[in-house]
Amino acid sequence: MSNSQFTPGVASGRLAADDYARNFGDIAPRLEPHEARVAADRCYFCHDAPCMTACPTSIDIPLFIRQISTGTPEAAARTIFSQNILGGMCARVCPTEQLCEEACVRETAEGKPVEIGRLQRYATDSLMEAGVHPFARAEQTGKKVAVVGAGPAGLSAAHRLAMKGHDVVVYDARAKAGGLNEYGIASYKAPGSFAANEVQWLLKIGGIRIENGKSLGDGLALDSLKQDFDAVVLAVGLAGVNALRAEGEGLGNVLNAVDFIAELRQQPDKAKLNVGRDVVVIGGGMTAVDAAVQSKLLGAENVTIAYRRGREKMSASTDEQDHATGVGVRILHNVAPVRVVGNGAAQEVEFAYTEDGPSGLKLSSETFRLKADQVMKAIGQTLSGQPEGLKLEGGKIAVTGTGRTSVPGVWAAGDCASGGEDLTVTAVAEGRDAAEDIHASLMG
Amino acid sequence: MANLTSTFIGIKSPNPFWLASAPPTDKKYNVERAFEAGWGGVVWKTLGSEGPPVVNVNGARYGAIWGADRRLLGLNNIELITDRPLQVNLQEIKEVKRKWRDRALIISLMVPCDEDSWKDILHRIEDTEADGVELNFGCPHGMAERGMGSAVGQVPEYIEMVTRWVKQYSRMPCIVKLTPNITDIRRPAEAAKRGGADAVSLINTINSITSVDLDLFAPEPTIDGKGTHGGYCGPAVKPIALNMVAEIARSEATRGLPISGIGGVTTWRDAAEFMALGAGNVQVCTAAMTYGFKVVQEMISGLSQYMDEKGMASTAELVGRAVPNVTDWQYLNLNYVTKAVIDQDACIKCGRCYAACEDTSHQAIDMSADRTFTVKEEECVACNLCIDVCPVESCITMRTLDQGELDKRTGRKVGTYANWTTHPNNPAAKAAE
Repeated sequence: MSNSQFTPGVASGRLAADDYARNFGDIAPRLEPHEARVAADRCYFCHDAPCMTACPTSIDIPLFIRQISTGTPEAAARTIFSQNILGGMCARVCPTEQLCEEACVRETAEGKPVEIGRLQRYATDSLMEAGVHPFARAEQTGKKVAVVGAGPAGLSAAHRLAMKGHDVVVYDARAKAGGLNEYGIASYKAPGSFAANEVQWLLKIGGIRIENGKSLGDGLALDSLKQDFDAVVLAVGLAGVNALRAEGEGLGNVLNAVDFIAELRQQPDKAKLNVGRDVVVIGGGMTAVDAAVQSKLLGAENVTIAYRRGREKMSASTDEQDHATGVGVRILHNVAPVRVVGNGAAQEVEFAYTEDGPSGLKLSSETFRLKADQVMKAIGQTLSGQPEGLKLEGGKIAVTGTGRTSVPGVWAAGDCASGGEDLTVTAVAEGRDAAEDIHASLMG
Repeated sequence: MANLTSTFIGIKSPNPFWLASAPPTDKKYNVERAFEAGWGGVVWKTLGSEGPPVVNVNGARYGAIWGADRRLLGLNNIELITDRPLQVNLQEIKEVKRKWRDRALIISLMVPCDEDSWKDILHRIEDTEADGVELNFGCPHGMAERGMGSAVGQVPEYIEMVTRWVKQYSRMPCIVKLTPNITDIRRPAEAAKRGGADAVSLINTINSITSVDLDLFAPEPTIDGKGTHGGYCGPAVKPIALNMVAEIARSEATRGLPISGIGGVTTWRDAAEFMALGAGNVQVCTAAMTYGFKVVQEMISGLSQYMDEKGMASTAELVGRAVPNVTDWQYLNLNYVTKAVIDQDACIKCGRCYAACEDTSHQAIDMSADRTFTVKEEECVACNLCIDVCPVESCITMRTLDQGELDKRTGRKVGTYANWTTHPNNPAAKAAE
């Protein structure tokens, strides 16, 4: 190993092999059977359970936990998958502390919720590892549906449509299916090939064909899809990245956090990945946290998240923020970048302090500089490449509750659609609900 | 500290906690460990007749049921009486008693139901210096098939007969241990009293099958694919035992007969409850088998704290305190009206009270959109189910309506004491005076 945490500039191989293995191993391994039984015993089997209400996919949590406690995790998995076919990934990436576990009555009672996320993983893993697909297709309807985007929303819609007997073709721009599950989440949350395996497992339902390397405007046109298929689901996500709009953005080693995360996910040998000695991540969401934490885990000496508003406005959950600070990331609030300074490549970022007042965010005249040989932008993604003619709302495709767009025969779900939080679990719910609405429309 | 010294039918012990005749009291090694831990006395595991000892199975002897977090709630066993030679037991009993003079040491006995057998065993135990004997008329498995244990305890005439022999051939205090596997516990207790017993102890274990192996299709504990009924004990049997103790304590025919309370005693509180219902002391087995002998230390500290708080100087002041309040249903006050009250600050909004009441009781709890649960007094019959299913202690309580206060359910004002014997709906009612 020639490089270390102190090697200046951007470099790979800053750590020993053991460190990479530990840093990018499973952050919350599956519960052992004994642990699962103990955790399941804590569930009160609440009436009309608050956890279930808090779950965007409305999984019957008390029922699946009771099924675990009675020694039938496979039945528990069926309960989960019937509401959320990507329950395996959601068990790993859901911000449960803001959803089901926040609502858990034992959080109220003792400040310690039932470990719903980890129990969900225990159940889903048991069935998925056995290679069992729990659903069978209904009799074929002869209807065809096109799904654009093979991320959580698209896969969820495709599965439900196939299950109902429709034939589905899923198009995706990338080389692999999975969307953000494959390219967008921190490696330690779903190590190995979990996302890819999950897609293969999901496809066992039959009736789904995936075509990679195709996107709207690049091999696909909405008009022809409408003609060739009985319905179209747009689940294209948010492919655009917001610009910094600050001087020096074009310097070397200023990159999009989502690209950094995607490259990291796809590289099995983390020692080959480049990371700066001093990394500055700009943003306040999950993407910022994931990029910052993984920079630290790759061996960066100093990693700073810089967010322009106060802590309470950060969209990354408190748990995520604590995780970041726990691995040594520093989080600065109320600072906004005014320019990136460098000579060919970034060397420093200059920040101004901000004040979040009634008339909006104001920059103070006081500035400071942080060393930065790598700058990551994580200030939000936007809809891009959407077809003409669709009504938009807040920069997203406007939809009704069940995903209908302004164009008849076209539904939208997931991050690209209006409404709902940009969470994997929300995308799954929207995809599923759009599929149900399409089924009702086609068969009605 | 309260004085826990106990004198039970003349037998003194430093506290009222004895180990019951069972696996923990089978030999000197265990009994000395128990005394070192603080147990007030032991009833030595049942001795049989001189001759080849009984044999035990070589597979599982115990079956169990568990509550949340695998807390052991009930234990069942198919172990027989001691399988060690009589002489070995007698020698060890003598050694232990000489070393531990201040502790109670009782010998449990079970021999065939004939006068010679009893005369013989009583003679053989004479010079052990043990404090008394306990007649095992309770064991429901194995020995009962041979005409002993509960086979005797289920026939009051046999109980009386054997007890009489024991009193005739021995000067030792005699405790008769009763089986709960009968319909009316008062009959065997009366028989023991008629035979001259100094006390009864109860309950012995309850006939049971704890579970079924759903792969082997065999009862558990399973021995080579077969299973048999065994004796059930532990916290799960306590309510059954308490009732039987109370029935003997309050019955005209047996009132005043000393009782050694047995059945699921796990904490000081359980012991205090048995004593309040008339037990002069308690015997423990499952708690020790679950947690080891050290549990007695919590029983000692807890009971003394309680007695201090109640200003009780001796255990005699506790014994029987609740007996006058055990009555028949027909004498319960039908004009005593309570209503459930939910403490909204303590409520964690699990909704179990609502599910229980709405699905299985009187639809007397209202659930709002924000999960606030409130009692509908006009529907509440005060059944207590909501309290029983609530996971938070004291979150739901019962408010007693004052006399003259309107009961919104019946539309009537709360009256003075009146019971079923004078109720107009009772065809056998006597006219109210």
